[in-house]
Amino acid sequence: MVNKITIENLKAVYEGVLALNGVNLDIRQNEILGIIGPSRSGKTTLLKVLNRMIDFVPRSRVEGKILFDNLNIYTDIRLLALRRKIGMVYALPLPLPMSIFDNVAYGPRLHGTKSKSVLSDIVEKCLKASYLWDEVKDRLDSQAFQLSGGQQQRLCISRTLAVEPEVILYDEPCSGLDPISTAKVEDAMRELKEKYTQVLVTNNTKQAARVSDRTAFFLMGELVEVDNTKKIFTGPSDERTNDYITGKFG
Amino acid sequence: MGNAKLTQKIVFFLLGVATVMVIIPVILIFALILVNGLQAISLEFIFSTPKAGMTQGGIFPAIVGTLYLVLGTAAFSLPLGILAAIYLTEYASDNWLTRLIDIAIINLAGVPSIVFGLFGVALFVILLNFGTSILSGSLTLSIMTLPVIITASKEALNSVPKSFREVSYSLGASRWQTVRNVVLPNAIPGIMTGTILGLSRAAGETAPILFTVAAFYLPRLPRTVYDQAMALPYHIYVLSTQVPNVPVKIQYGTVLVLIVIVFFMNISAAYIRAKFRKKKQW
Amino acid sequence: MIKKFFESLIEKAIFISGITAIAIVVLIFIFLLKESVYFFLNNNLAEILFGMDWYPISEPPKFGFLPLILGSVLVTVGAIVIAVPVGLAAAIYISEVAPGWFKEILKTGIELLAAIPSIVLGFVGIVVLAPFIRNLFNLPSGLTAFAGSIMLAFMAMPTIVSIIEDAINSVPKSYREGSLALGATHLQTIRRVILPAASSGIMAAVMLGIGRVIGETMAVLMVTGNAAIMPTSILQPVRTLTATIAAEMGEVIQGSMHYYALFGIGFVLFVITFFINLAADMFLHRKKS
Ligand SMILES: Nc1ncnc2c1ncn2[C@@H]1O[C@H](COP(=O)(O)OP(=O)(O)OP(=O)(O)O)[C@@H](O)[C@H]1O
Ligand SMILES: [Mg+2]
Repeated sequence: MVNKITIENLKAVYEGVLALNGVNLDIRQNEILGIIGPSRSGKTTLLKVLNRMIDFVPRSRVEGKILFDNLNIYTDIRLLALRRKIGMVYALPLPLPMSIFDNVAYGPRLHGTKSKSVLSDIVEKCLKASYLWDEVKDRLDSQAFQLSGGQQQRLCISRTLAVEPEVILYDEPCSGLDPISTAKVEDAMRELKEKYTQVLVTNNTKQAARVSDRTAFFLMGELVEVDNTKKIFTGPSDERTNDYITGKFG
Repeated sequence: MGNAKLTQKIVFFLLGVATVMVIIPVILIFALILVNGLQAISLEFIFSTPKAGMTQGGIFPAIVGTLYLVLGTAAFSLPLGILAAIYLTEYASDNWLTRLIDIAIINLAGVPSIVFGLFGVALFVILLNFGTSILSGSLTLSIMTLPVIITASKEALNSVPKSFREVSYSLGASRWQTVRNVVLPNAIPGIMTGTILGLSRAAGETAPILFTVAAFYLPRLPRTVYDQAMALPYHIYVLSTQVPNVPVKIQYGTVLVLIVIVFFMNISAAYIRAKFRKKKQW
Repeated sequence: MIKKFFESLIEKAIFISGITAIAIVVLIFIFLLKESVYFFLNNNLAEILFGMDWYPISEPPKFGFLPLILGSVLVTVGAIVIAVPVGLAAAIYISEVAPGWFKEILKTGIELLAAIPSIVLGFVGIVVLAPFIRNLFNLPSGLTAFAGSIMLAFMAMPTIVSIIEDAINSVPKSYREGSLALGATHLQTIRRVILPAASSGIMAAVMLGIGRVIGETMAVLMVTGNAAIMPTSILQPVRTLTATIAAEMGEVIQGSMHYYALFGIGFVLFVITFFINLAADMFLHRKKS
């Protein structure tokens, strides 16, 4: 198995708060890595470090080494290129205030694609990949806000796909969605496995059990354990993991 | 209990009376200016120069001068103010320099307009040797208008949700790309509203132009930015205090024209704001 | 490549604009100081600040600021005494009492007032207010400190009303509901709960009102009668700091002591408004935290 991302001894500090403390974790090519853990255990922070959105947090500090395809993300890769390669889907659906088409085309346009026909192809491909195409193909020009929450979230996935990332990070992508929309988003993730490496942060342990190949359990900024999903949910080696997945705390 | 209710009734009534006492004069002032001013308004009044020691003729040069000054002010204060607002909201990190700039702007907003006039004389008229000219006047008015434009633009920029920026950055956009594609399009209406209001204030100001540009009387229109110009607010001052025996009609007419210009700008600003509110979905 | 260049160019422009904003304030300060320092150094400071005569063109000239300062103070106090109670009443009425449609009308009225240029109000002061005051008090002229105070009270009204209104509206709903639930009347709630909670906003409004009034020039110049003498009554013509600059800058010989004296007045005004604004800002921020 090839490691897509290698995290070594990662520490992340916000003003006065130690959010991640000595995390060592590999993320493998084409897997879906589930990340679970109680609130404030540092899950979101991990994602923010990976695509360096944490740079925007004033007075935050990151220590340790993160390799992406064996390149250090802080020294060997240009920031904007890194963000293209590691895409992010947020907890709330966050469409930009523009049309469905423009939302998906936003990234490619940034990176210099101008031709209308090329853009159309990208939009169609990405909307298909997130299972949204059939629902919106007749109204690509209407405002993204007019879509339902579930549709908006899949639109956000398409938008992320459109910049051709290699890794997609999801931060509780289904927290605001009904079960049917959730199922559709999960289907999309499974479908995307073939081409992408995905990291799924979720508060819903059942979701991790359903879609992820491996699952990592975080607690108070530390990685407690990471293993095959099946193992984590049937016989975790750490007591605390067991407590968490059986609902004893969190 | 009945007593408390009665007291409340009486007090509320008195509050209402006080409020109406503020509003009624406003209405009366408008009625007065409209009724008297309309008697002066004619094509000739608008399009001819003052004659016979300003006791006859029109106010064309003053109208043109005011328009030039508004344009000149816009030319300086718009780019400078909007860019400064973008710097403050999108680029500057939260440090002492930013806070200093913020304080500076708050302070600039409170400086009396006549002090801007003095500054304009010292810097533009004398030191930079622009003389009393449209250039000096516009620059002086620009500096006075700047805080209004910066404050309004900052507010408009800040009202664009943070999440839009975050999404844009996470797709690999640079700062400027994010500003250009996501922030500005959604802030433009607010920026325009504030800007127009700032300019409308500049159109009506007298003190800053008193010694930097305003001419008592000019037989011809200004040709270059180094020329002096007449301006409506100063012309009102001249007509009502400096020249004897100007028919009241002409005075009211001049006031009416200034009011119409200023209110036209205010109403456009309100229109843009209302229209955008309706369209906004976030 | 060209795009990159454009991008870095515009980002430089953005940065420079931000810096310019602060540079301007510094420049204003420097210029006022530079032009007035000569005046303050070459005259006895006590004579300036406490001198009772402002005869800038007599021989020898006398540059006592006191009549001007007192003129400003008199007119300002008069205006604030009128504007604050009325403005407070209006703000309470508009935000708490007036029914929806009436509220909109009143708010529009206040906005209209804010948009009227001061020169227009000065004009109205001359043609309407001054004759009225002359007849009312049987004076030789209606152009008095009193006329100035009324005009300025009127001009400060939009500032005062809108800031107090904001302050009242930002009092948390729960305060009001708590009080009403205890059986207090609406009026009692306003007096005991809402106004105390809005007090720093009200103070900020008073401060900004004062700042607005002290800095106002044209309307005052036109309606206060313009006599640079020690004021003894509010029914007398006076001359404010701002009006003095406006009235005399036009005739002054550049480089003369009189010229520098006017910058000295400007400097004093700058300093006064600086502290007033700082105070207002402090009150506004206290409200937030
Ligand atoms: N911008 C920030 N500034 C300061 N502290 C922060 C910031 N963001 C997060 N933290 C702190 O860092 C810690 C980890 O937060 P993080 O958001 O990574 O947790 P999480 O596991 O994603 O929690 P949740 O499940 O609630 O989303 C928390 O203690 C949080 O308070
Ligand atoms: Mg989180």
